[in-house]
Amino acid sequence: MKEKRSRGFSPGRGPVAGLQALRRSLVLSGLSVAESLAGLLFGLAVTTLGIGLGPALLPRAACNVRRLADRQRELAGRWSGVDIPAPCDPPPAAGAADRARLLLKDARTWREWRWATVDPVVGGALAFAPIALVLSGLWGVFLGFEGERLAGEWGGVWFGFVPVDGPVTAVLAGVLGVCELGLALWVAPRTVRAHARWTRRILAPSEAERMARMTHRIEHLSSTRSHAVDARMAEIQRIERDLHDGAQARLVAMGMTLDAAEHLLEKNPEAVRGLLAEARKSSAKALEELRDLVRGIHPPVLADRGLPDAVRALAMVSPLTTEVVFEVPGRPEPPVESALYFAVSEALTNAAKHSGAGRAWIDARYEDADGMLRVTVTDDGRGGADVTRGTGLRGIERRLATFDGVLAVSSPAGGPTIVTMEVPCALSSPRTISC
Amino acid sequence: MRVVLAEDHFLLRDGLIRLLEAFGHEVAEAVDSGPGLLAALTAHRPDLAVVDVRLPPGFADDGLRAALAARRAVPGLPVLLLSQYVEPLYARELLADGAGAVGYVLKDRVSNGTEFMTTLECVAGGGTVMDPEVVSKLLGSKDRDRGVAALTPREREVLSCLVQGRSNAGIAEALFVTEKAVAKHIGNIFTKLELHACDTDNRRVLAVLAYLER
Repeated sequence: MKEKRSRGFSPGRGPVAGLQALRRSLVLSGLSVAESLAGLLFGLAVTTLGIGLGPALLPRAACNVRRLADRQRELAGRWSGVDIPAPCDPPPAAGAADRARLLLKDARTWREWRWATVDPVVGGALAFAPIALVLSGLWGVFLGFEGERLAGEWGGVWFGFVPVDGPVTAVLAGVLGVCELGLALWVAPRTVRAHARWTRRILAPSEAERMARMTHRIEHLSSTRSHAVDARMAEIQRIERDLHDGAQARLVAMGMTLDAAEHLLEKNPEAVRGLLAEARKSSAKALEELRDLVRGIHPPVLADRGLPDAVRALAMVSPLTTEVVFEVPGRPEPPVESALYFAVSEALTNAAKHSGAGRAWIDARYEDADGMLRVTVTDDGRGGADVTRGTGLRGIERRLATFDGVLAVSSPAGGPTIVTMEVPCALSSPRTISC
Repeated sequence: MRVVLAEDHFLLRDGLIRLLEAFGHEVAEAVDSGPGLLAALTAHRPDLAVVDVRLPPGFADDGLRAALAARRAVPGLPVLLLSQYVEPLYARELLADGAGAVGYVLKDRVSNGTEFMTTLECVAGGGTVMDPEVVSKLLGSKDRDRGVAALTPREREVLSCLVQGRSNAGIAEALFVTEKAVAKHIGNIFTKLELHACDTDNRRVLAVLAYLER
């Protein structure tokens, strides 16, 4: 049966809708039980924060609760047309301890826990009410048939406030039972809707919270934008400088050499041969410098083959013996690709230059569930890398922040160093080149 | 020698045809796309294919892929790849099948006609020619490596020439030294890099490159 998802949603009428609502009530009751368990688990995780188990358990427990809350939100929307705004996601963080800390500070986590403890009581009651009516009604109908006999065996049986001790009261119980069944069918859709409205009251983020979230996001966007603009200006200036000092200077020198050759042509042809050879060398060198410049802006192999082969090419020319594993089913957008390529390049160069490492491992994976591309660069050097000290790592962080990516560095003294880069992105299916 | 040419840039294609014919070679067909190249190679079975890495329709590495596909169909088909830039990764892919008769040089080198012809003939004869820039890229980064760091500048020059597939005589001519001196340098290089002596010029190119990109 198709379920409408519009605001002006009106429930169906009649016994069919009632049965549907009863089924839904069952689902909601089951969810209530799951919620109470999840809430208990979360409470346990919080109390064990002191002993150190917390940071490991906390994210998972919070995730559980969040998943149940999301499911309830979805059901409220789908079944009753009650729209519960989803709270914005907090800024991402890599690293388990950071994630745990952010989760604790997030008001959403506490609101959802409050919901997980209170809802099984209130929401559970709402959800279970029609089911209770059904059960009671069935009992009544049953009594209608067997009430007399049972009264005889047990010495009196009760149906609610009606004592069943004879054929008349048994029939009364049966009739009441049928009425209760009918009542259940009528009440069920209404309790489901009431449940959805209750869920909204307790689960939607408050106005103040939403404002705080948005302010934070605006600050983040402003700062990454200004970093991106600065980086771009610096890069343009670098290109200009390289062109001016490199290729341009060489071409000027070449012109002068050719000019000298022109003048010497009559007087000293042998010297001219030497000058021409020199001019040819200058031209070759200028071309070489231009090639290197292009590679520093956007490497051809990255444009042609994509990130996996470009990283393998980096690995080939690195002094470290590098193993590359790439499990990414598709290509990210070119700007993301470029940012990741230069980030990996910088990380690998750092490892080669500063850490005294001999081997490196580059691993890239894509998490479908949250759309994250994760690349780790590990080396077996002496560790001690620090984002706050070197500008290289800070540069990588800024580059990735423009795309809402994060950088995490684990570099204990003595090694090994693991640099993790995470960027949310969508992948396009790999381009097929016909040949 | 019968040559098939694949180059999408009109001026360069025309120039290459003239150059080849001036040196007495026959251009069986000149194509300007990847699919066209594959068809021409299968149809003509030339003595040599001169291919630009960047060809339509992809304008990425179509030429390289077409060349690799052709060599899978006709093993050991001599192919000389021309490119605006050299990428050691592509060099590795070309050398992967170990059949030799492959060349990978910068388009800039085409301007020296005689040298270009030597390269062509070397590849057509089964030799391996790699642009010196491939070597310098790989060498430059391996400076930490003990073996490479121990090479003298002269030995690096010899190494550069060696990887272009030249014989000892050719290297001697290029560097203006005697053949005996070249042989001595090569012996030193192989000792320092701890490589076994190789019987053919082709094998020693492969040995050196395999060592460099380890």
